[in-house]
Amino acid sequence: MQKKRTLGFGLALTFLIAGCGELGQVEPPETAEDVRIVYIAKNVGNPYFDAIHAGFRQASAELGFEFTTTAPATPDATSQIPYVREQIQRGVHVISISPNSTDALNRVFRQARDRGINVLSVNSDITGSEDYRDGAILPMDFDLTGESQIELLGSLIDYEGKFAILSATTDAPDQNYWIEGMKAALEEDPKYENMELLTIVYGDDEPEKSLREAEALLTRYDDLRGIIAPTTVGIDAAARAVENAGRAPGVQVTGLGLPNQMRRFVENGTVEAFALWSPYRVGYVAGYKGVKLAMGELEAAEGSVFSTDEFGEFEMRANAVTIAGPPLIFNRDNIGDFDF
Amino acid sequence: MNKNPTDTATGRWRTLLRWTARRPESITVLLLVAAFAVSCLLSPYFLDLFFIFDSTSLYIEIGILALAMTFVVISGNIDLSVASGLALVAVVTAILHVQLGLPMELVVVLALLFGTLLGLFNGLLVAKLGLPSLAVTLGTLALYRGVAQILLGDHSLSGFPDWFVGADFVKAGGLIPLPLIVFIALAVLLGLVLHKTVFGRYVYAVGANEAAARYAGIPVDRVKIAVFALSGLMMGVGALLMVSRLGVARYDLAIGHELAVVTTVVLGGVHIYGGRGALVGVALALFIIGFLRTGMGVANIRSESQLVVVGILLLVAVALGNLMEKCRK
Repeated sequence: MQKKRTLGFGLALTFLIAGCGELGQVEPPETAEDVRIVYIAKNVGNPYFDAIHAGFRQASAELGFEFTTTAPATPDATSQIPYVREQIQRGVHVISISPNSTDALNRVFRQARDRGINVLSVNSDITGSEDYRDGAILPMDFDLTGESQIELLGSLIDYEGKFAILSATTDAPDQNYWIEGMKAALEEDPKYENMELLTIVYGDDEPEKSLREAEALLTRYDDLRGIIAPTTVGIDAAARAVENAGRAPGVQVTGLGLPNQMRRFVENGTVEAFALWSPYRVGYVAGYKGVKLAMGELEAAEGSVFSTDEFGEFEMRANAVTIAGPPLIFNRDNIGDFDF
Repeated sequence: MNKNPTDTATGRWRTLLRWTARRPESITVLLLVAAFAVSCLLSPYFLDLFFIFDSTSLYIEIGILALAMTFVVISGNIDLSVASGLALVAVVTAILHVQLGLPMELVVVLALLFGTLLGLFNGLLVAKLGLPSLAVTLGTLALYRGVAQILLGDHSLSGFPDWFVGADFVKAGGLIPLPLIVFIALAVLLGLVLHKTVFGRYVYAVGANEAAARYAGIPVDRVKIAVFALSGLMMGVGALLMVSRLGVARYDLAIGHELAVVTTVVLGGVHIYGGRGALVGVALALFIIGFLRTGMGVANIRSESQLVVVGILLLVAVALGNLMEKCRK
């Protein structure tokens, strides 16, 4: 009896150890239906990422790959590491992730790529650590964000009048980069010569401070025609201030915002149009890129081209970056189609 | 060989049951077996020794903090600053080596010293000013994290030497990661200190009845300072392991981990009001939660549901422990 038990235990142990594969490679897929892709969002419970999921699911329906999602409870720098580790163990072919850190995930990404898994950074890149992932899918060309914001406001005020910018913090890198783009467009393009930038104020991405700054703009400038807020906190505050002061449609609020947050202002006429990008499209393009990389049909390098059913061809830029699309303009006609 | 195997088998079961009822840690052992079994059932990807051992590196820092927390809680105190302290040590470690260029060998020693100092600070406030440890360490929880953020902002620091980075990739027999070995060694060492030395008995005495301990001539203040200093030392060890694992230091490392540490200690059967508990229970509890989280993760169970399971597990374990205690009486 004792002997049998020992034998059984020994067998179980052998089985366990035999099951280990330290650097076992994932089995390469033969058809697109074999490809397994996981997407790891920054954290759970954010509808923005649900829209990315929807894009992946559409691509999965068209190409037949297996799509799963997972995400940590909180978006701190290291919270995604166990989730990546677990997906490596599941032997997926592609780990696509919206990273919570530009460098804390490097070592677990390397572990994944050592096993032959493709790592794709989705929606934002791991700037400075590009060597640790295979490619990136970014929502839009951020070089064009500033100019497109000026164009959007211009179209709302017939390219004539004074306006102000309500930004995040004075050293917010994204916003400052976009504001540079806005200034350049104003200077260089004669189309905007009758538009005048009065001032830039900073709400620090705090709702209260942003609201105060927006109200101050309305009191200070009687002839104000527009406010551009290239931050989701700022545009919400600017819309509130204009609504409270009853200055719409004389003052046009626009910028970058989320449809769910801005829906009320668009429906009651305070805001006519604002922009963002399409997270659905980000997920959809990432799904296509992931499958083609996993199948070995696509090289993760500048100049490689792949095509999608819904949005046509995409050519990779430097560092294997793919731009998912142009900015998306939300207005009264289309805002009902979006839920994030 | 026995003539009547059935009788012996029943006898064995009885002995086992009696032993189980007498030892509070037995629940922990049963839960550990259950957690392992459940994880195996949840996903075919779980039962892989390499993976199971490899994954321990992702939560071993919580275990290392929990070992010291066991001393703190048994002494009738609590240390909520452990995770913040770990982050501060990590940030200071990075600054000393990467920005000030001190050799890493020296920085490792300094990190352990600095951690101990942070713990000592808690201990002095608690013992010498007679402040409640909950309030003191709630304060240093914010303080240590805040200082770490002031020092480094929302940036990462990297640039550690190759020998220092990747302790979790160093594996004994190609299987058992170095951080796990460090944890086991510390668990054995601290287990001996807690259960076999005079100091260990003092820790229990202070937690069971502080006034009585004073009358008995036990140096209560020094015991308190010592347990907090130990907690600080473990912040240092945890910080070094985490920075080695990630290759970067940030102010928000281990954010929120203090609750995971307290959960582990309570699940391990340590009485939250002090005076009772065993280190082995805490060490096992770490792997109960670890196996379950890993098993659920590899089965793609949503993180909200994972939290629910861990919460229920803690409630069940505490209720069972309470019930067994009543039965014994």
